[in-house]
Amino acid sequence: MNRIADLGGAEGWGRVTTPTADEPVFAQEWESRAFALALLSMGRISGRNLDAFRHALERLERPEYFDDTYYGRWLHAAELMLVESAILAPGAVEARARKLRGEDVDEPPVPEPSKPDYAPTAAGSLRTVEDAPRFAVGEQVRAKDLEPKGHTRLPHYLRGHCGTIEMIQPAALLPDTHAHFLGENAQHVYTVRFDSRELWGADARPFALTSELYESYLEPVS
Amino acid sequence: MSETTPVDRLPIELRTEALEQLLTERGLVDPSVMDKFIQTYETSVGPMNGAKVIAKAWTDPEYRERLLANGTAAIAELGFKGPQGEHIVVVENTPQRHNVIVCTLCSCYPWPVLGLPPSWYKDPAYRARVVREPRVVLAEMGLELPPETEIVVRDSSSEVRWLVLPERPAGTEDLSEEDLAGLITRDAMVGVAKVAAL
Repeated sequence: MNRIADLGGAEGWGRVTTPTADEPVFAQEWESRAFALALLSMGRISGRNLDAFRHALERLERPEYFDDTYYGRWLHAAELMLVESAILAPGAVEARARKLRGEDVDEPPVPEPSKPDYAPTAAGSLRTVEDAPRFAVGEQVRAKDLEPKGHTRLPHYLRGHCGTIEMIQPAALLPDTHAHFLGENAQHVYTVRFDSRELWGADARPFALTSELYESYLEPVS
Repeated sequence: MSETTPVDRLPIELRTEALEQLLTERGLVDPSVMDKFIQTYETSVGPMNGAKVIAKAWTDPEYRERLLANGTAAIAELGFKGPQGEHIVVVENTPQRHNVIVCTLCSCYPWPVLGLPPSWYKDPAYRARVVREPRVVLAEMGLELPPETEIVVRDSSSEVRWLVLPERPAGTEDLSEEDLAGLITRDAMVGVAKVAAL
C-alpha cells in the first residue's frame, strides 16, 4: 500500500494544531461542496464504496493529498473514483475548470459508464460471522508483518508487534477485499492493546495504545 | 505534467465548482440534496449531541452504565445515529486513566455524536505523533497530565468509533443536565482536553 495516508509514528511533522472552540464546520464554502460531492460520488454515482474511497485517498499524489487540504483531498479522491467508474473522462474536471476561468479548451466526451460489478450484501460494514472468534480476550497476539499491494487497515507501525486482545468487536466486512470489489470476507474484529515500549523501543515513555484489527491481520504468539 | 514545465495546479475551489457543474448538468447530483447534507452537518449533527449524551451519563447512573456497556444503543436512545456511528464504544476518563482518540490512517470520527472532525484531528502532525508521544502532544494542546495518569491512545482503524466520557468537574454538583451539557466540549470528548467548571 502507498504509505501517504499511513501516518502513525511518522516523524518531521512539527507541532500539532492548537484547538479553537469556535472553529466552523467548513472554513470555506467550497469545502462544504467538496464534502457533499465526495459523499454522493463514493456510492451512489460511482457505484463504489467507503473502503474504495479510502483507497482512492491513499493513491493520491502528495500535492493532491496534502497541499489542497482535507476537503481538497476528498475532492481528488471523488474524481479518481468517478474516472475509474467511467462516469467522467480523464481530464474532464480539469477541462471544465479551465473553461470556467475563461480558457478556450475542448472537453473530452462523456464516456460509457463502467461501474464495478458488485453490490453490498447489507447496508454498512457490520456483518454476521458463523465461526467463533479465533482469539479470546486476554490472549497474546502478533500483528502480522504484511505488506499488501492494495488497501489495508493494518497500520504500518503495528506490523510485527505483539499485543493483547482487549475487546472483541462486532464482526465486519474486510476493507482489504471490499475496497477492490473482491468480496466482503466478513471477519471478527478485535481491539488489540499494545505497550508503547513494544512499538517504539525500550526508551519510549510508557503508555498503552489500542487499534481495531481484523482477524486475518493477527497471528497467535506461540 | 512533465518534469521540465512547472505544474499549473488549478485552485481547488475551481475544481470543486467544475465537478459540481459536470455532475449536476447530467442529473447525477441535485444541488439541493447537497445543500441538505451540508446543512445537516453545519447545524444539527455536532458536538452538542455528544454533550447531551455525556451530561445525561453524569446525572443518570443507570444511563451511564448502559452507555459504557453498549454505547451505540444508549446513544440511539437520545436519537443520535447515522453514518460513522455503526458501533460506538464509550470509554471513561478518570484520574487514573486517560483515553485519547485518533485515526492515523484517515479521519475516522463518531459523526452522530461529534459531527465532522475539527482541523486539528485531521492534521497530519496529530495523526503521526499522538501514537508515538501522546503526553507531549497533549501538553502542546494545553493538557498537562500528571505523571501517574496512564494514557491509552485509541487508534480508530476499523469501523468502530470511540467517544470519551470525560470526568465531571468538581463544583458542578448543583447544575442541571442542560447546564452541564453547556460545559462539555468536543475536545474533552476526544480526550485532548478536560471539562472545566465555569
